This record gives sequence, C-alpha cells and structure tokens, in this order.
Amino acid sequence: MTQLDGVVKPKSKRSKRFLESRAPKLTEDVKSAMIMKGGNTSLTVTQALKDIYSLKKPNAVLYKKKNITRPFEDSTSLEFFSKKTDCSLFLFGSHNKKRPNNFIFGRLFDFHVLDMIELGIEKYVSLSDIKTSKCPEGTKPMLVFAGEAFDTDNDHKRLKSLLIDFFRGPTVSAVRLAGLEHVLHFTALEGKIYMRSYRSLLKKSGCRTPRIELEEIGPSFDFVLRRTHLASDDLYKLAHRQPKALKPKKKKNISHDAFGTKFGRVHMQKQDLSKLQTRKMKGLKKRRGEVVVEDQDVQAAKVAKVDG
Amino acid sequence: MAACSVEQLLAKAEQEEAEKLKSISVHKELDLDFDVGNLLACDKNRVESRDFREQKKEDFLRSLARDNTQLLINEIWKLPTERVEEAIVAKLPEPSTPLPREKPPPKPRPPTKWEQFAKLKGIQKKKKTNLVWDENAKEWRRRWGYKRANDDTKEWLIEVPETADPNEDQFAKRVKAKKERVAKNELNRLRNIARAQKVKVPGVGLTSKAQQSKDELSRAVSVAKTSTASMGRFQDRLPKEKAPKNQGKKRKFEPLIGDFSSEKQRQLELLKVMDSKKPKLDITKAVNKQMREDDREEAAAKYKKGAGKKGRKGNMSGKGKGKGGKGKGGKAGGGGKKKGKPGKH
Repeated sequence: MTQLDGVVKPKSKRSKRFLESRAPKLTEDVKSAMIMKGGNTSLTVTQALKDIYSLKKPNAVLYKKKNITRPFEDSTSLEFFSKKTDCSLFLFGSHNKKRPNNFIFGRLFDFHVLDMIELGIEKYVSLSDIKTSKCPEGTKPMLVFAGEAFDTDNDHKRLKSLLIDFFRGPTVSAVRLAGLEHVLHFTALEGKIYMRSYRSLLKKSGCRTPRIELEEIGPSFDFVLRRTHLASDDLYKLAHRQPKALKPKKKKNISHDAFGTKFGRVHMQKQDLSKLQTRKMKGLKKRRGEVVVEDQDVQAAKVAKVDG
Repeated sequence: MAACSVEQLLAKAEQEEAEKLKSISVHKELDLDFDVGNLLACDKNRVESRDFREQKKEDFLRSLARDNTQLLINEIWKLPTERVEEAIVAKLPEPSTPLPREKPPPKPRPPTKWEQFAKLKGIQKKKKTNLVWDENAKEWRRRWGYKRANDDTKEWLIEVPETADPNEDQFAKRVKAKKERVAKNELNRLRNIARAQKVKVPGVGLTSKAQQSKDELSRAVSVAKTSTASMGRFQDRLPKEKAPKNQGKKRKFEPLIGDFSSEKQRQLELLKVMDSKKPKLDITKAVNKQMREDDREEAAAKYKKGAGKKGRKGNMSGKGKGKGGKGKGGKAGGGGKKKGKPGKH
C-alpha cells in the first residue's frame, strides 16, 4: 500500500479523506483498540472483554467471532487486522486448561507488534454485578497507579505504560471540572495487580478544592502477570521518536536574573571613541590664538637649550 | 472582655480552617508523581501487605484509591480555570509521560521539479478563484473539472484555419491534443513520485534490465538525440560516433510530373524488351538459385529424417515405414515439380 500511495490517486473526496485519516500524522489522535477472542473462551473472559469494550467505547472494536491464533507464536493475523481497522492496541482473551482466563494486552507500532503482556484473571466482578449508576461513556478517566513495583520492576513499568496507553482516552487541552468522574486505580501488590474502577463524588469541603468520595462502579479485576513479549530497546526508542516540528522552538537571547527581570544582549560593532560625539561645552573649545602662542614658546625653549 | 472574645473568635476561625483543610489533605510518606496532562498519578509508597490482609481487601483498596484521587484532584484544582458556556473548565498542560507513537512520523515530501524551479526563480503561488465567468454559457463555471468554463473540446463550431489540411478533423485534433496533455501530466507526476521515492526509472528507449545489448543502447541514444525541439538536427555527435545508417526515406518515388524525356526513354525500352524474342533470363543466375534451393531442401529432409528416426526408435512398426515412404515420395514429387518451373519461362 505504501508503494502505491502516491501512484494511485483517490477518485473521490470521501476516499481521499479516508486515506488522510489513515496516513501518519504529526500529532496523532486516540489509539483505538481491537478486542478479540481466541480459539476457546469461557464466560468470564467474554464478559470481561465486553466490559473493557464498554470502558473504551468509541475507540474500540469488539470482534464477535473466535480467532484461532496464538499471539505469542504468530502475530501475523493480529497485524493484518490492525492494518484493516487502523488500530494500534489490542486485547486478546482466551481460555484453556494451561492458562485459564487469559488476557493479552498489546500494542503495535507501524502495524508490527511492539509489546505484548499476558495477564491471568483470578477474580472478576463484572459491570452488571455492581448495581450502581455508571459514568457516561467516553469520559476521560483519571488513572492512579499504586505500588512500588510499577517503578522498580521492568515488566511492571512496561505494563504501566501499556495500561496508560490503553485507558487514557483522547488528549484534550482543557477538562470540565465537574466532569472528572471516572477513576481507574491499579495496585501492584505481592505479584498481583488489582484493577478497580470508581466513580468520584465531589463533596463540599470548606475551601475551593472538593473532598473526594469514591463509589465502586465498574469491573474489578485481580490480575496475575504471566508471560511478556517486550520490544527491544532500540525498537522502543524508535517508537518514541517525535518529529522535529513538534519540539517547541527555543527563543534565544533571553535570560532572567534573580529578580525576574528579563535580559537580552544587543551586539554592536566596534566604535571609534575619538570620533564620539559628546556634549559641546563652549568653555573647553580650543581657540586658534592659544595654539600659536604655545608653538612659539616651544621654539624659544629649544633655542635656549642649544645656546646653553 | 472584648479582647478575650476577639481572641476566642480568632482561635475558632483557625480551628475551622484547620478542619476544612484536614478534609482534603492526605498524608503520604513520598509525594506522588503527577502527570496532569494525562490525568495520571503514580504512588510510589510501599503498600503494606499487612494492612491489606488485616482489613477487607476492597475497603483497603478503596481507601488507598480515595487518598490518591484526592491528591490528584488537589493538583488539578491548582490549574488555571476559565468559564466556557456555563461550565468551569481547567486548562490542562501537555502530557509529560513519554508514550510510543502509533506510526512513524511522516517524512516531508521532497519538492517536485517545478517546485524546485519555482523556489530558484522566486515564483510565488498565485491564489486563483474557483469560478470563472464563461462568456458562451453566460454563467459562472468552474475553472477546471466537470463542466468547466471555456472548454475547447466541447465547442460545436470550429473554424478551419487556412494553413490546415481541409480533410483533417479539427474536433478529433483537439481531443487528441487534450489526451496528450493529460498523458504528459500523468507521466510527470509519476516521475516526480519515482524521484521522491528514489526508485530507478529507465529512460526512454531502455528496458529495465541490468545489461543492455549494443543495438538497444544505440537505439536509446538515437531516441534521446531526436527528442529535442528541432528533432535532433542541431545535436553534435560524439568524437567517435558514426552516423546512423538506415536513416533516409524508406522508399523513394519519382515525382508524378517530372522529367518527360527520361520517362519516354524508359517506356520505349520496356516495349523493346517485350517485343524481342530473346529470353529475359540470366541462365547462370537461375541455375545458381535452383542449386541453392535444392541444397536447402536436402538439408531440411535430412534434419527431418534424423529427428523422425530418433522418435521411431521406440516403435518399429509398419506405420513408421509407411510414413517414411510417404514423406520421401512427397518430397520427390515436390522436387520434380519445382524442376519443371524454369522450363516454362
């Protein structure tokens, strides 16, 4: 497709818009996720997939059919699907005797697999089991990660980055303060990862900042970390490379001193100070008569010396 | 008394303030890492597993979540706010967590040949209007595209210019010219793309093979030479380059009304030859020709025989013999027939 990008011109404005939406851009939009089932799935897995789909609602595709593939061995079908739907995140759910209730979270870079992390579901409470009013679909959630494992262990660090990527939603410049309802809380403890989803109620406190009370709404998972397939360091660095145009332009020649005064330097050419025009003072003006007198004196002095 | 009451009031006020602040303050050993652009908070404090096991899990997690969320909300409330259509909105900063991209950043497209030339000459792009006044249709029409203004292929009446051939189809000529322009534009577009992607495109007259043969190269050279405005008439030749042969007219005809005397001469000679009883036949030439033909036939027969024999090694049957006999007979007959021909003349 990339070879024929410029050669085959789109015939209508609609197809042109479609191709432009799929082309690489300077600032990218939300990453969409594909949620799919493996060869064999249990009730837990199917319900869990549906719940996560509802969490990620407008930017996700839920596939109904089962796909008999093993992502850790052969990722070609995943890459094909991502090319077709232009999704760069995926969630693959499966169930077999060896790995019961299995979730594989993954992301792709340039339609090739970047990271894949396999999590096993130990305990699961679905959305429908918790009978409270839910947040509207598409609200940007607040993400909280707790536990020192998310900072120390390499696998957990990648998992944290992957979960942020998965759940963060569109990047916005401003957020409505009353609309900060949804909170996703991840805790890493004793080798397990607990994911809870709460609805935050802003209560009155004396001052401007409200007091938070949480009410559990969403699906709650108890994950256990199984296999991982992480990208090599250079591929990971390549995926992070930002285009130069996005870097903020540095303004040169601006410096601040301790008081906050703004300074800049002005560069001048070399000045001939003898030709400097200063204020004119009439009294210091040199007169012609004086000059002549001085010369004569000098000459007389010279003559005197010779005689002597 | 007044002083006491004032002190009391102040103390009360302080207490109330402290209570209010208590409700939103959370004590943590290590400060959290905030990425407000992503609405993200990371708590690096150790989660005490003892507390976890003592209490009920859910309550412990909920209280932990409440504390962390409170701190995050405190951070968000510190941001500058503005009012947008009856809602108070906080302006978020840029997200600070580095996350991998979806696709590699787009490469800037290298300038096309025209763009390079325009930059060199300092030619600016002039913004043109989309609609142009069409005099014939007396309305505003597109500058280009479907139903364009002043479309010269769509005219119903074309005056034949004086210098043109009266039998030429002027309408077809205009359509053909447009097709040529479209094809040229398409070719240039593809060449620009090939140059941008650094794909090697063979020049005119050359095929995309690694090694070219001598005559292919010479053909390519001649094509390149004639592709100038004056059809290669003023192109200098390389020092050792020879003039290409087979360059003149393929057939030459005498003019219709030319030299009358030579025409008369030629026609009288022809009549003389027709009258004379001498056979207009060069014996030696005829005999040589016949001998050559015979040799060729024999060679062909030998070849066929040899090939046939090899094939027939498998099945030695009467059929094969019959075929061979027929073949020979046929060939003998053919040879005999041919020998008869010169006698007729």
